[in-house]
Parts: sequence; structure tokens; C-alpha cells
Amino acid sequence: MIAGKTNTLTKLIVVALGMFGFGFALVPFYYKICEVTGINSGDEQSLVKNTQVDTSRWVTIEFDANTNEGLPWQFRTTQRSIKVHPGQLVQVEYEAANNSDHAIVGQAVPSYGPARAGAFFKKIECFCFTPQKLAAGERRQMPVLFVLDPSMDKDLHTVTLSYTFFNTNPKAQTATLPEKVPHG
Amino acid sequence: MSDAAHAHDDHGHHAHPTGIMRWLTTTNHKDIGSLYLWFSLIMLFTAGSMALLIRSELFEPGMQLMHPDFFNQLTTMHGLIMIFGVIMPAFTGFANWQVPLMIGAPDMAFPRMNNWSFWLLPVAGIMLLGSFWLPGGAVAGGWTMYPPLFIQGGVSYDLTILAVHIMGLSSIMGSINIITTILNMRAPGLTLMKMPMFVWTWLITAYLLIATMPVLAGAVTMLLTDRNFGTHFFNAAGGGDPVMFQHIFWFFGHPEVYILILPAFGIVSQIIPTFSRKPLFGYASMVYATASIAILSFTVWAHHMFAVGMPVAAQLFFMFSTMLIAVPTGVKVFNWVATMWKGSLTFETPMLFAIAFVCLFTIGGFSGLVLAMAPVDIQLQDTYYVVAHFHYVLVSGALFSIFAGIYYWLPKWTGHMYNETLGKTHFWLSVIGMNIVFFPMHFLGLAGMPRRIPDYALQFTEFNQIATVGAFIFGFSQLIFLVLVLKTIKGGAKASDQVWEGAQGLEWTVPSPAPYHTFETAPVVK
Repeated sequence: MIAGKTNTLTKLIVVALGMFGFGFALVPFYYKICEVTGINSGDEQSLVKNTQVDTSRWVTIEFDANTNEGLPWQFRTTQRSIKVHPGQLVQVEYEAANNSDHAIVGQAVPSYGPARAGAFFKKIECFCFTPQKLAAGERRQMPVLFVLDPSMDKDLHTVTLSYTFFNTNPKAQTATLPEKVPHG
Repeated sequence: MSDAAHAHDDHGHHAHPTGIMRWLTTTNHKDIGSLYLWFSLIMLFTAGSMALLIRSELFEPGMQLMHPDFFNQLTTMHGLIMIFGVIMPAFTGFANWQVPLMIGAPDMAFPRMNNWSFWLLPVAGIMLLGSFWLPGGAVAGGWTMYPPLFIQGGVSYDLTILAVHIMGLSSIMGSINIITTILNMRAPGLTLMKMPMFVWTWLITAYLLIATMPVLAGAVTMLLTDRNFGTHFFNAAGGGDPVMFQHIFWFFGHPEVYILILPAFGIVSQIIPTFSRKPLFGYASMVYATASIAILSFTVWAHHMFAVGMPVAAQLFFMFSTMLIAVPTGVKVFNWVATMWKGSLTFETPMLFAIAFVCLFTIGGFSGLVLAMAPVDIQLQDTYYVVAHFHYVLVSGALFSIFAGIYYWLPKWTGHMYNETLGKTHFWLSVIGMNIVFFPMHFLGLAGMPRRIPDYALQFTEFNQIATVGAFIFGFSQLIFLVLVLKTIKGGAKASDQVWEGAQGLEWTVPSPAPYHTFETAPVVK
């Protein structure tokens, strides 16, 4: 009977210690389950998906820069074209200069050629996201950070990214601002 | 053998230390059982007073009595103490008193370890309660100890983690003792399938404790190292995941709720046949139902966390596995009712509490099924509906079964009959008070009142006032119980050996009060 008791005691202590270890084993187990099932890992966000580079094909991207006639800025690309793999993270620069004698706020609007390529053009950072204010005579380099979605149509070999800068206040170019009437 | 036993008996009488040392050094299962039960009763009044403070603050909307942080401390400590300091020690007390008596063993398998199991508890209790006086007060992060809140608190959070470690160690040692006793020390002829239901439910509960308490210890150890030693298990700033804590915690937590109810099933399964004067209906199905509940309890934990953002497939799995538990539980309720069917019933206080248990626990079980449905749970998560649910299963479930068990076995322990009038008064005030407190909480929860908040919107006022009145009726009627127990210990009508006319089992074959040493020669069960 004493031997039986000691035997049971030993077994139960082993179970208790094993379960203490199991508590810690749940930590890698949890992360593995999340990884395998894709829960909780941020995979759903397009960002991670787009970094899967498709090295089997090249796409030529051409850059184009225009200004609307109402904006006295000089706006150009620093490169005319670039060859990239879909999924590759790419950074290019545009340059804008304000040739007028006063500060102007401009807003760039992108367009794509062919238009259907736009759906696969994932911009992560772009000067076109916000209005840009340039002081008189100021010159500024502005980045665009993007990836082409690897699921992009296979027949697209050349894509053109074109920006046109507009003056956010077309009238302000010639008209002077009305003076504020003081309250009274 | 009998000579040796006799010599031991004589020796035992002379070697007793007296006074405080008797209780500090005791290795007798009856002494330790009494210690557990007294500890549990003291903690019941402590944590119950906290509940009355909580209900007083909630009597009216707005802040009346206390700072919100103190309110949070009260809800947290009320939960921790009621679970780890009242319900679990009370059941362990029953196990200490009754398991050796019911299986014909002279004592527990490891009496000295038994002494340790108990005396760790007051240490943990002092650490928990003492933290009220530390800078920042006691823990206020909820009894579930969720990070990130639990990683950010003051020194009392470390103290609480250590207290949980100690209580866990105490439970594991107690469980090892109980399993070893049941497996190795049964009277000759008492096969497993002849054991009383109370012994069966405790055997299964003890296995649950050994399987899950170490997991809780692991989880709170990770909290402790996150807080003090720069690990990042749950700290999102270092790449950890707070949701992982919830998974590990509830992997312990759901089996834990069955740890809190399975011994209650056992007690009720002893009492109902006695006062129905019929054997328990469907004994084997009761055993298998209890085992099924225990096994299924490991597959349902994430139903506590439907709102954390789980895939639909996981929600469906945990929803259906939870509903599956209703099947063995339904078997048990059916068997209790079938035991009473055509029995010659009498309604002494233990039977009244047992019947109230069957009715009210079933209400708590049904609200649990409502909460098991993932789409409903997302609406009801952290509302008073949840508070109503778990108080129906823990107050009218676990606590009422403890009262039933005390009334049932107190004559055997003390040798005196308790005062039946006082007992019935205690029963009716408790059962009415309990329903006044917790039934309106269903409506409050359905209407959207969040739990763990010291203030509430005006439209919830009436139901909260009803609940508070009920809480004071329920709380103060427990003083009747205290008086009754003290009176019964001091004196009263002499109890016979069998005590109850319909009582069956080995514990009723020993004299009342049960002598200090019983079954030194093992009885033979036919």
C-alpha cells in the first residue's frame, strides 16, 4: 500500500510539472497556430502581400510630369523610366520649383496609362496625398514610394505614371485677396 | 494489526499538542477539514462584506461612497477571494472530512502534506487582503488578471500573483492527496463503481485541478516576468500579445468553473437519495456524465473571448462545443429529478438547499447556454447578464450545495442535531434574498448595463435598488448560519449514528460525533 501511494504520488507530480511546462509551451503553440492559419498576423493588409516579389517578369514604368496652366511652377521627373519587378518596393523622386514671387499651394493628381493599371499601383507614400505649399522661388524634391501588385495583369509591360499639378486656388494667381473687414 | 492500532490509539491520545499548536501541527483529516471550512467561512464574510460595499455604491447612480479605483479593488478582490478563498477551500474541507469516512480509510494518504496544503492558504489570504494597505491599494484589474492592465499596476499586483502561486500550490498538493487516497486506500470490496458520487466527483475534480492549476501558475509567472524581468509574453510594446494571456488563462479558467461545481454535484447526489429514501437514479450515467463534463471543459475556453476578434470557424467550434456540455449536465439534472420521482420525500434543510440547487443551478445553466451563442454573447459580453449567470451557478449552485452539505453532515461531525427552525429560516431568507439580488441583473444586462463600473445610467436605477436590497437580505441572513453552526457545536439534541433515516454509506456506520480516529481497521464492503 505504501509503494502504491508513492507510485501515485510520483505520477501526479510528473503530471503537475508537465502541465506547468505545457502552460509555457502554449506560447510558441499560439504563435504557430496564428502563423499557419493566418490569424492575427496582419497578412490581411495589402502591404505585406505586395512585398512578395514576382521576379519572373519585368515591367517598365514611365514617369510624366505636367503643370496646369494656372500654376507658375516648374515640375519635372528626375528619371524618365525605370524597370521593376511586380511586388518590388520602388522609390522615385519628382522635383517642383515655384517660379513666382509668392507662396502657392498646389495639389498633384495622378493618372495611369493604361487606366486599368491604376488598380495595381499601390502608393505607400506620395507627395500627391497632401497639398504642397512652396514659398516664392522654393525648389523641392518629393518622393513617391510604391509597389506594383504582383497580381497585375500579365499583358501589362509598360505603365505610365503621370502627375499634373493644379493650383488649389485658381483665382488667387491674379486676383488679390480681399482685405479683412474688422468686426465692429 | 489490531494490537498495533490500539497501541497507536493510546499513543495518539497522549501526544496531542494543545491550544494553537494542536491546529498548527495537526495531521488529522478531520481537524484539517474543519480548518478548511472555518477558513472558508471567514473568507465568505470578508468577501461578502466587499459585495455589500459594491451593492451600496450601486444603490444609486453617481458616485456616493468611494473612489472608483477602490470600487474596482473591491470587485477584483471579491472575485478572487470568493473563488480561491471560499468555494475551493470549502470543497477541499468537505473532501478532507468525508472522503476517508466514505471510503473507509483511516486518514488521507499524506497527512503531513495535508497540513501544508491548508496552512499555505492563510498565508495567501494575508497577502491578498494585506495589499489593501499597500501604496496604490489592492489589485483593481479584475480577477481574470488581464494584461495590459495587470502589467501596469503597483506592488500589490506582484503580491497577488505570488498569492495565486501559493493558492495554486495548495490546491495541487490537496488534489494529489485526494487522488492518492481514493485510488489506494478504499476499503476492501469498495470498487470504483461502488464509490459514493461525492467521492467520484472529487476524484475527477482533483484531476482537473492537477491539469489546470499549473497552467494558471505558468500564466501568472509570465505576468510576473513581464512586470519585473523585462520579458514580453503579453507586452505588445515588445512584440508580445495580450490576447494570448486570455487564451492561456481561460484554458485554466474554464476547467476551473467545473472545479467549482463538480463537488457540488457530488454533495447534491448524496443528499437527494437520502431524503427521497431511494438509491440515486442512474449511478453509472452520473459517473460518465461527470467525466464527460470534465473532458469537454478543455475544449470550450474561447467562449469567454468571443469579442476579441476570432475567425468565424473558431467561434462556431467553441459555440457548439460549449452547447455540447449541456448534454451531460442535462443527464445529471434529469437523474436528480428522477431520484425524487415517487420517493418518500421529506424536506429537512439539507434537502431544501439541494432542491433549490437543482432549480436555480438550472437557471444559471440556461443563461450559460444563452451566452454560449457567439452572436448573442458579442451583445452581452461584459454586461450584468454575465454577472447574473455566474452568480446563479456559483451562489445558488456551489454555495448552496456547501450549505446543504454542512447541514447534512454537521450532526455527524458535532454529534448534535442543528436547530431545524433556524436552518429553515436561513434557507428561506437565503433563497429569496439571492433571487432578489441576482434575478434583476438579467434585465440590467439585456438592457446593456456594463459590469465592473461604479456608476450607471439613470434608467438602471430601479433594478439596481432592488438588487441592493436583496443583497443585504442575503448577506445578513448568513449571520443566522454562523449562529446555527456555533450553537450546534456547543450543544443540541443528540444525533444518532445514522442521523438521517434514509442515509446510506460508510460514514453513517461510525458513531456521532465521528471519533478522532476512524476505520483504523478497514471495513469490508460487500
